[in-house]
Amino acid sequence: MSAILGLRTAAAVTTAKLVAALSRRLGFGGGTALPGLVADAVVPRLATRLAARLGHGSVLITGTNGKTTTARLVRNVAQAAGYRPVHNHSGSNLMRGITACLIEATDARGQFPQPERRLGIFEVDEATLPEAAVALSPRVVAFTNLFRDQLDRYGEVDSVAALWRPAVASLPPTITVVLNADDPGVAGLADACRGSVLFYAVSDISCAVDQIEHAADARWCPSCGREYSYSAVFYGHVGQWVCPGCGRGRPAADIEATRVKQSPDQPLRLALATPSGQFDLSLPLMGLYNVYNALAAVSVAVALGVPVDAIREGVASFTAAFGRQERMTVRGREVHTILAKNPAGLNQVLRAISAEEGPKNLLFFLNDDIADGRDVSWIWDVDFEMLAGQAALLLASGRRAADMALRLKYADIDADPAIEEDTESALEKALALTPEGERLYVIPTYTAMLHVRKLLARWGQRPPFWEEG
Amino acid sequence: MEAALRLAHLYPKLMNLYGDRGNILSLRRRCQQRGITLAVDELELGDALDPAAYDLVFIGGAQDREQQRVAVDLLGTKAEALHQAVEQGVVLLAVCGGYQLLGRYYRPAAGEELAGVGIFDAWTVHPGPAAKRFIGNVVVRWRGGTLVGFENHGGRTYLGPSARPLATVIAGFGNNGRDGSEGVVQGENAFGTYLHGSLLPKNPRFADHLIAQALRRRYGDVELEPLDDVLEERAHAEAVRLAKKKPIFGRR
Ligand SMILES: [Zn+2]
Repeated sequence: MSAILGLRTAAAVTTAKLVAALSRRLGFGGGTALPGLVADAVVPRLATRLAARLGHGSVLITGTNGKTTTARLVRNVAQAAGYRPVHNHSGSNLMRGITACLIEATDARGQFPQPERRLGIFEVDEATLPEAAVALSPRVVAFTNLFRDQLDRYGEVDSVAALWRPAVASLPPTITVVLNADDPGVAGLADACRGSVLFYAVSDISCAVDQIEHAADARWCPSCGREYSYSAVFYGHVGQWVCPGCGRGRPAADIEATRVKQSPDQPLRLALATPSGQFDLSLPLMGLYNVYNALAAVSVAVALGVPVDAIREGVASFTAAFGRQERMTVRGREVHTILAKNPAGLNQVLRAISAEEGPKNLLFFLNDDIADGRDVSWIWDVDFEMLAGQAALLLASGRRAADMALRLKYADIDADPAIEEDTESALEKALALTPEGERLYVIPTYTAMLHVRKLLARWGQRPPFWEEG
Repeated sequence: MEAALRLAHLYPKLMNLYGDRGNILSLRRRCQQRGITLAVDELELGDALDPAAYDLVFIGGAQDREQQRVAVDLLGTKAEALHQAVEQGVVLLAVCGGYQLLGRYYRPAAGEELAGVGIFDAWTVHPGPAAKRFIGNVVVRWRGGTLVGFENHGGRTYLGPSARPLATVIAGFGNNGRDGSEGVVQGENAFGTYLHGSLLPKNPRFADHLIAQALRRRYGDVELEPLDDVLEERAHAEAVRLAKKKPIFGRR
């Protein structure tokens, strides 16, 4: 019986590898999803069989924002600790993408080289989490945050939460769940957990903003219906929350950022308190949202028992996932590309940008492909108004460039928004209008980011500070 | 023109799902540029609505859970005042979930029927979780031209004999995906629609239609100065073009 299964697994892996090679050859993109689909047709539950061969098991990371960055941080930390990660780094985060990634890491017989050192690190789409949690039998499941994102695909924020709760409840008690204590929508999952929970949080209240942002989502207590009150809001609905009705509140954190130092052009500096002791961390990224990503990654590392030195080394060696946050020099201008795909994410990007000095040159790309979300109404929930008095250049591009320009017009930012729909012409124009020596911020949605990256990679150079370690 | 208008924004915290803030920004800006002050009051759960205090009322869309709480609050604290306001000619715009709640009733896929405020002679039925959700770009024709937006609703809305459709569907689904109608006009001054996106910034003629109506009621015959709408009209035209084009799915 097992011999036959073994043969079939090998056959599925071989077929899938052929399909991957073929699809790359024929130019169907990177061949990341198709082989998974094909392998599933040959052997159902192939991912389960392959994942069972990972010596250290696997880690799942999900949430609206930050899952790619968090997964990459965990990968770096795992490498520094001597693991050999199997990681869906291309961001293909549905089941077929994860299956394809497992296939790619195995040989023709479906065996991993050095299986005893293998750790699966998978970023998982929010709606795919229940399926992945069953199929992959993870050791650790980490949640970043829960915001509105692509309502045309997920339906509603509540429906994502409704999917997560039973998925968490059905995990065996041996599994550690990592939760963001500062996001009430995520922290509340603890009630459903049967095993141990690690909470992470920011406790440095100098990071707080004055008021809750327009794009805040989880504002009402699901137990009693009262509106949460906040002693500090860090971004969106993330902060130090408590329900005045039933007293539910932000749980005590296991992994805590006790001090956060942000300064322009410098890596973020964090002081952390963890069950493995207190230590400092240097993170070559900007924005408070990346502090949360680092906290999630450190929590996963703590759950896996990774020593502090490996955590520090892994995080310091980090480079942002391509295009998500990337700096390069192009024609004497410093081009800073930051992915933004929903209101909470874009608010954080804008906040980080407005914290830097001097007039800002800004190029926004708004696409409405399925991967971006077909509904662009979310841009009206973004607080572009915070850029008032700061913009020297405002250029809108992408399939919905006119929508973006109109939103910028209504934000009253001073500079008149201009439109250049074509990606290449928009980049050319933005570079020409950005004075030499100044910085150009390029802020694309997902599909636009892929195109922008390709062009910039051809034209520019990455400074050593940001190079892959 | 020296004039002032007052708008009641109902449940801006609970009903704010699809960029509805843009509708308020559009009204405020289009008034401001003509020297009209637009004051906006935000009314949440439990807040009473003074029917004599307002020229305009706006309500947006929400998730199901929030919609239920709003339904209860509307009936408890605001229904009577809303009826009085609309009878007195106050201009009302209700989008998506707000549109549904101001009809006669909403019958969800599961659970109890929600009683509506009954401003609109319309009712909404959700045909069940297996039924197709109406999602996509939409373009419709109303008496002032085309309207563009995005729709995302499971419920199907049907109009009774005393209501007229706001528009007819050119591309998209509209009220129920069957009879080609979109939205509702009750009397002359109460409007309901499934179009978000935000609606008003990209449909400046419709925004002006609402403002002019509110002004006329308070100040008599008025003529609105034209504004520089180059960007608004461009976004409108682009949205018409995209809505008419069938999306190519699976292209990544
Ligand atoms: Zn409560």
